[in-house]
Amino acid sequence: MEYLNIIFQEVYKILFLLIPVLVSVAMIVWLDRRVWAFVQKRQGPNVVGPFGLLQSLADALKYIFKEIIIPASSNKIIFILAPIITMTLAMIAWAVIPFGEDQVLANINVGILYIFAVSSLGVYGIIMGGWASNSKYPFLGSIRSAAQMVSYEVSIGIIIINVLLCVGSLNLSDIVIAQKNMWFIIPLFPMFVIFFISALAETNRPPFDLPEAEAELVAGYQTEYSGMMYAMFWLGEYANILLMCALGSILFLGGWLSPIDLYPFNLIPGAIWLILKILLLFILFALVKAIVPRYRYDQLMRLGWKIFLPLSLTYVVLTASYLFYFNLLPTN
Amino acid sequence: MIAHAIFFYVFSIIAVVSAIMVTASKNTVHSVFFLILDFISISCLFIMIGAEFLGMIMLIVYVGAVAVLFLFVVMMLNVAQQKNQWFISKDSSKHIPIGLLISVIIFFELIIVIGGWKYKPELFNSENQNIINSVSNTHSLGQVLYTDYIHIFQISGMILLVAMIGAIVLTFRQREGVKKQSYIKQISRERAEGVEVLNVASNKGVKIDD
Repeated sequence: MEYLNIIFQEVYKILFLLIPVLVSVAMIVWLDRRVWAFVQKRQGPNVVGPFGLLQSLADALKYIFKEIIIPASSNKIIFILAPIITMTLAMIAWAVIPFGEDQVLANINVGILYIFAVSSLGVYGIIMGGWASNSKYPFLGSIRSAAQMVSYEVSIGIIIINVLLCVGSLNLSDIVIAQKNMWFIIPLFPMFVIFFISALAETNRPPFDLPEAEAELVAGYQTEYSGMMYAMFWLGEYANILLMCALGSILFLGGWLSPIDLYPFNLIPGAIWLILKILLLFILFALVKAIVPRYRYDQLMRLGWKIFLPLSLTYVVLTASYLFYFNLLPTN
Repeated sequence: MIAHAIFFYVFSIIAVVSAIMVTASKNTVHSVFFLILDFISISCLFIMIGAEFLGMIMLIVYVGAVAVLFLFVVMMLNVAQQKNQWFISKDSSKHIPIGLLISVIIFFELIIVIGGWKYKPELFNSENQNIINSVSNTHSLGQVLYTDYIHIFQISGMILLVAMIGAIVLTFRQREGVKKQSYIKQISRERAEGVEVLNVASNKGVKIDD
């Protein structure tokens, strides 16, 4: 009975986090399309519901009622597993995101490593989908995507090391609390820029959306998917984008902390500040999609390995020597 | 404690079964997927005994990077065909003694470990290694790697670097007639050198490339 109580409590907590995340994923798709449209002087989705807010819901309903087609020559088990894995991995990473002083589902010691591990597993959904489709375009797309994600993970990892040097802990709440006096975006601004660009590449967003470059690869690894399974890839992708925005705001923009520690701003709960920061980063993501043309693949790899990796490694040395010289290294 | 035992048995059964399936499954890509499942369940076991840093690093390094490369290689090469050729050809008999030797060594190592664990349990008792529980896992690992044994750690890093360079040198070959794009040339191109306005005489045309 005691176990059951604990289980129910945890399930309640998880649902309380998961349902808002899913709803905000649907809203964020709408926001993405609206921003994109406004940059191009169009209206964007504005018909379904007020301001077109329910457009994503309508799309999701359409996907649910469509037939799921499984290609005859595909590897059926892996073909079905791939979108499920993408979606699950995008969701479970939210468990460690802190929305306030102690508003976090699992306050684990190695929170940042957990997020990093889950996002590095995300590549499997794509590889499995591309391989199991047993078709040329998905396979090429998945191979591109795997190479891209593995390369940009390296530079994201080194950027995270920069932040960890200043914090001295792998716990996400500790990382936010360490920014009480100054957000890390000020001393680590170059790293923030590189993190932002790497996050674009890591989530396969334009201008780095080569895995699904429609002009060359139809839709990349999603070519053979239809109906609900396509919708799951799509949801997982946007949940990952939101997660990267959340990670960026926790690492550099002070997470749930208010920008000014004064009377009227203190009253606003931390979760709202975090959501505002996530939205700010997401609007930047959407703007980049609208105004930057797609990269060529070899240039993408060059950017990752020959520019971002040396730059971020140099910055690690710089940060470490600065902290060591001025005796600012965190001790605990 | 019951929940702990249940989780332990679930993870270890998955680990053992998937380890068997790695060698038993006929499709090579499937065996790589089982290998990944094995890595994941072993990192879950690491986390269960409190080595959360090790478990996460296992996920990041082995599952996130090494297994992806495995998967790449297996998907790109036509492994099934090569395997058949390899078993038919005469050369395969040369590899059998070495393989046998390695498997015999691994077998004896396993016997030593399990026998020692069974008959001399104090050898494997971790309590006499004065582990401080107040310091977190990550801190104590960092202390050991970067403070107590820094030189050994650096030397092993150098050995890995040399091995990496060696592998690159072995596989690197300069090919003739490969077209390469120089990005500096592409970026520094200007209109003056790219565009030329010609006065084309009618019915004569103009020769563009010579």
